[in-house]
Amino acid sequence: MAEPLRHAPWEAEVVDATTESPGIVTLRLRATDRAIRAAYRFRPGQFNMLYLFGVGEVPISISSDPDDPETLAHTVRGVGRVTNKLVTLAPGDRVGLRGPFGSSWPLARAEGRDVLVVTGGLGCAPVVSVIDYIMARRQDFGHLTILQGVKHSQDLIWRSRYAAWEREPDTEVGLAANVAGENWPGHQGLVTELFDRYPLDPAATETMMCGPEPMMRAAAEDLTGRGFDPGSIWLSMERNMHCAVARCGHCQLGPHFVCRDGPVFPYGRIGELLAVKGL
Amino acid sequence: MADHFLPRACFQALFDALHGQGYTCRGPRVRDGAIVMDEVAGVDDLCFGLRDRQAPGSYALEEGAGRYFAWANGPLALKPLTFAPRETLWRAAKDGDGALSFTEPEPAPEPVAVIGARACDLAGLALQDQHFLGDEPDAYYQARRDNLFLVAVNCTHPADTCFCAATGDGPEATHSFDLVLSELDHGFLVRAGSDAGAAVLDALPTEAATDAQNADASAAIDAAATAQSRGLPSQNLREFLFANPTHPRWEEVAERCLSCGNCTNVCPTCFCHSLETVPDLEGTTADQVRQWDSCFTAGHSYLHGIVIRDTTAHRYRQWLTHKLAGWHDQFGRSGCVGCGRCITWCPTGIDLTEEVAAMWADFEGGGADG
Repeated sequence: MAEPLRHAPWEAEVVDATTESPGIVTLRLRATDRAIRAAYRFRPGQFNMLYLFGVGEVPISISSDPDDPETLAHTVRGVGRVTNKLVTLAPGDRVGLRGPFGSSWPLARAEGRDVLVVTGGLGCAPVVSVIDYIMARRQDFGHLTILQGVKHSQDLIWRSRYAAWEREPDTEVGLAANVAGENWPGHQGLVTELFDRYPLDPAATETMMCGPEPMMRAAAEDLTGRGFDPGSIWLSMERNMHCAVARCGHCQLGPHFVCRDGPVFPYGRIGELLAVKGL
Repeated sequence: MADHFLPRACFQALFDALHGQGYTCRGPRVRDGAIVMDEVAGVDDLCFGLRDRQAPGSYALEEGAGRYFAWANGPLALKPLTFAPRETLWRAAKDGDGALSFTEPEPAPEPVAVIGARACDLAGLALQDQHFLGDEPDAYYQARRDNLFLVAVNCTHPADTCFCAATGDGPEATHSFDLVLSELDHGFLVRAGSDAGAAVLDALPTEAATDAQNADASAAIDAAATAQSRGLPSQNLREFLFANPTHPRWEEVAERCLSCGNCTNVCPTCFCHSLETVPDLEGTTADQVRQWDSCFTAGHSYLHGIVIRDTTAHRYRQWLTHKLAGWHDQFGRSGCVGCGRCITWCPTGIDLTEEVAAMWADFEGGGADG
């Protein structure tokens, strides 16, 4: 007989809280129970449900390295009831945590291959885990191209990290802003317009994306037009999530439960669904 | 084929046997003008001689055959008995130092016997079982399910809104029951479907059933199937609906749909629920409460400040496409069991079979997707 589902979270402590930009904070959390901490494992791309006492739960992707599963980084943007309070937490504060949930980035599949990371807006936290993962195991992967688009140039967080990544061997970083301010080092326009500027080998590349759906869809369409296989383009999707275990029904996207079948999907599986408004 | 016949005069013995085994009995009673499965002490509490007249947006009780079960179904299936409309899943407590602890209450189900479950209800229950008990079973659902004793009654009086014959789920109860009855003029054919049912059957003062009684019961079931006029063009509309997300009919039905969620509430298979955090007044504990939700609400698709399904057309499409298409991927069959409740209890009388037929006509005519 299968083990019954555990609904409740565990207690976790804020180890540190780093403000990335106004309203965006990275919380590093540790389960306070030693046995839970020791047993916890995750894969990049998966998410946890973070619970704020008396307020509620939200799904947040894990952005730290899977080889250090005792301390879990979550980058949170304050936009709602729960997240507006999460970004104010300080070291020592307690939250609830359950997870990890969902599918992960195809890192085993990407070994020995080139990796193209395409991100848009503020939604780059889920792929930062991929970039960090590759940087820590640089010899296992081929050429790395990181393309980041934002609406306004001031929206770009982690500027120093992009600069550091750019200095790594066999790595290129391209930035694009629809509205570029003074001293913007990157392209003015859409992130997809950067595809022409970098040498991309469709057959040798795994592409990983996150960001607003219209941007991911435009980028995936553009890339498939360049000969990329829809099964080698991976998207991290977002939907309303309450239970995270494919029971509550909120996160459905066509036949998929995004919490269980996603959040990371190959474009070939969801491309047609992305083309439909209001699904 | 049933071997046992329980004379109507001995019907009370079923209630006595169930009470003797510790069950609270629920059977058909009239509440607010509709038949519901309410608590009954015995046979005298059951409604008798009534039938239901159902049509799109309309339900009325009237005098019918001199029987207990000469009606089709009421607004509530078995769903609230296993998937509670509202319940606490866990409780968080915060101590003076800010430390949090979490506890899950032990399920405390009471044994309940339902007398009068329909084939469509059992089909809905089997689908809910698949959803809540697959992989990691939900302990609260499991406990209530394990404590449920089901006396099915084969349906002989389908409503005009029924189409269980088309979905393959009725009118004969074929699974998931402990006992199944066929009501005849002077009593009931009885057959057990589980060991628990066989034990109750042993305690009943039954007579040997005759071939003539069995023939009458079969004929009544056959007649209940052929009396149904509604249906769906196929038991698998997956490809068809996924291929038609922009059909103009979605906008058209949205003009009539109030987005009220009645259909999802009365549906025996709809499982969507929300999790709500309910703190106490002192701020020391907070319950995480699961309650029924509906894909017709704005909150259902809320995502960091936006509503993804922001029109009634999007919400109706989500409901119908999930029910008749997405379920095939998720559960290996359609999520519709043909009970017709969503048709009857829709305040504007929207009939899903009509909506599907309107789109199907274009599909067959080669003009799929408008």
